[in-house]
Amino acid sequence: MLSVTFRQQFTVVALDVSFEAPTGITVLFGGSGSGKTTVVNTVAGLMRPKAGRVTLNDRVLFDHEQSVWVPPQGRRIGYIFQEGRLFPHLTVRQNLLFGRWFAPKTAPREDLDQIVAMLGIAPLMARRPGDLSGGEKQRVAIGRALLSSPDLILADEPLAALDTARKEEILPYFERLRDQVKIPVLYVSHSAAEVARLATSVVVLKDGKVQRQGSATEVLGDASVMPTGVRAAGALLNARLKRHHADGLSELDAGGLSLFLPQVHQAPGSLLRIRILAHDVILSRQKPEGLSALNILPGEVEAIRGGDGPGAMVSVKTDAGRILARITRRSVGTLQLAPGVTCYAVVKSVAIARSDVSGAAAAHP
Amino acid sequence: MHWFGPEEWQAISLSLKVSLWASLLTLPVGIFTAYALARWEFPGKQLVNGLVHLPLILPPVVTGYLLLLTFGTQGVFGGFLQQFGIVLAFRWSGAALAAAIMGFPLMVRAIRLSIESVDPKLEEAAATLGANRFWSFATVTLPLILPGVIAGTILAFAKAMGEFGATITFVSNIPGQTQTLPSAIYAFLQVPGGESAALRLVLISVVIAMSALILSELLARRTSKRIGGG
Repeated sequence: MLSVTFRQQFTVVALDVSFEAPTGITVLFGGSGSGKTTVVNTVAGLMRPKAGRVTLNDRVLFDHEQSVWVPPQGRRIGYIFQEGRLFPHLTVRQNLLFGRWFAPKTAPREDLDQIVAMLGIAPLMARRPGDLSGGEKQRVAIGRALLSSPDLILADEPLAALDTARKEEILPYFERLRDQVKIPVLYVSHSAAEVARLATSVVVLKDGKVQRQGSATEVLGDASVMPTGVRAAGALLNARLKRHHADGLSELDAGGLSLFLPQVHQAPGSLLRIRILAHDVILSRQKPEGLSALNILPGEVEAIRGGDGPGAMVSVKTDAGRILARITRRSVGTLQLAPGVTCYAVVKSVAIARSDVSGAAAAHP
Repeated sequence: MHWFGPEEWQAISLSLKVSLWASLLTLPVGIFTAYALARWEFPGKQLVNGLVHLPLILPPVVTGYLLLLTFGTQGVFGGFLQQFGIVLAFRWSGAALAAAIMGFPLMVRAIRLSIESVDPKLEEAAATLGANRFWSFATVTLPLILPGVIAGTILAFAKAMGEFGATITFVSNIPGQTQTLPSAIYAFLQVPGGESAALRLVLISVVIAMSALILSELLARRTSKRIGGG
């Protein structure tokens, strides 16, 4: 468990931040200039704020009042930088083992072969960073951080420098990191897709303040926060894969309700998390009949948030979980939607893209 | 080797000895100074920078005279060192000191440039992996600046081989004691019939200088290949 509290005045923004990061991936989410990188650099010890306190498990890393300051090399924090920062004069193997030279001999050792297999970098071991692609470099950077026997992993927008295809290549490794490594990960991002796929919990930063923190399903399903902006807003559902149908659809069970998705390449019984984008959801007061959409979830309106524009964000509580729907304010009026009103959320199967479905151990404690 | 007289041999071997000591002994100080100038902000940084470069712009004779004033037996440091039996003035060790000071700015410049080309973020990365300042320098920065270190050392060596003004002022021109190659060439040119001996020494100077240059090129190429160019 990482616990962070600090204040720091900059010329443009005043940071006043307090949050906790439990085991799993905590995504520090915010636009540029919200102070995300300052937060991770403070946790890593690359920056010393004027006031505050940082503790990791039972170790105090920084306490301004008690003048405690542990330098970065004493913190045992694995940092995955945006640009990789691999050592150009060392081979991949030497890069991976760099942290091991300095880790205390008593520290629990991650197994090199296991990490190498998890990241699929066995064929690269003898090469130097100059010969690696961007995605390969980032995988090695993840391995290097893991192998330094850290108590915490920091990742500062590790995918920002990669193109979409390379991002898709790296994301599964972070999912494995979340599901297989039992240490907290603080992951900085401004991408809605990354939050939806990776986050166990989310800390939303805005103008140097923590706007909201909580579990991923809670924060992303909250119509009043929408950290990802209206267009990318979407709630997360946890579901279990029930069976594959002959017509190419997969049937999922989400809180007792059936969901039909285009074929999911997972074995029946596996846990999944699904992002349903708010603008893909239709609301209806009566149970629709004769409709092509396969997913019709009964629920109850929880909150409605209207902006200055024509749109409104409605959060609907269903047995499957909370669903966000983006509809017009006119429809809110016509349907007489208000908190407590029962309604049906309609989602087309094909609207759920493959990238919105991912393996999930998100429900782990 | 019958084509060199004993006096010429003495000059050649003395010059090599003086230059090797001058360049190798200044290397740790040179790396430290270059690192401090490249990476640290401290009060008086410009003053240090100026002092380092002073021998490059002062007339060498002035540098030699200042050395005589400070490291001569009557000088501040000279008198102090004499208590421990260390005398520099009019000894080969004094010639090495003069050569070292004259070559120092060249060495620091070359190493500083190569340090500035190494991304300090790599040192941050090493720190997060548990390396303290010394180890992150030794395992990350030093291997990356090795071509610059080699170039700086060879430059200082070459400068030491050619150093004349400060050396002759500080330690004079005593055959077998302080007579380096340039002083010997100068001495041979002062006596009638010495031209052929001077010419032989000139040729050997050229050969040593060229060898040093080629060696540094080869070493630098090998190390930068090992680094892999990023």
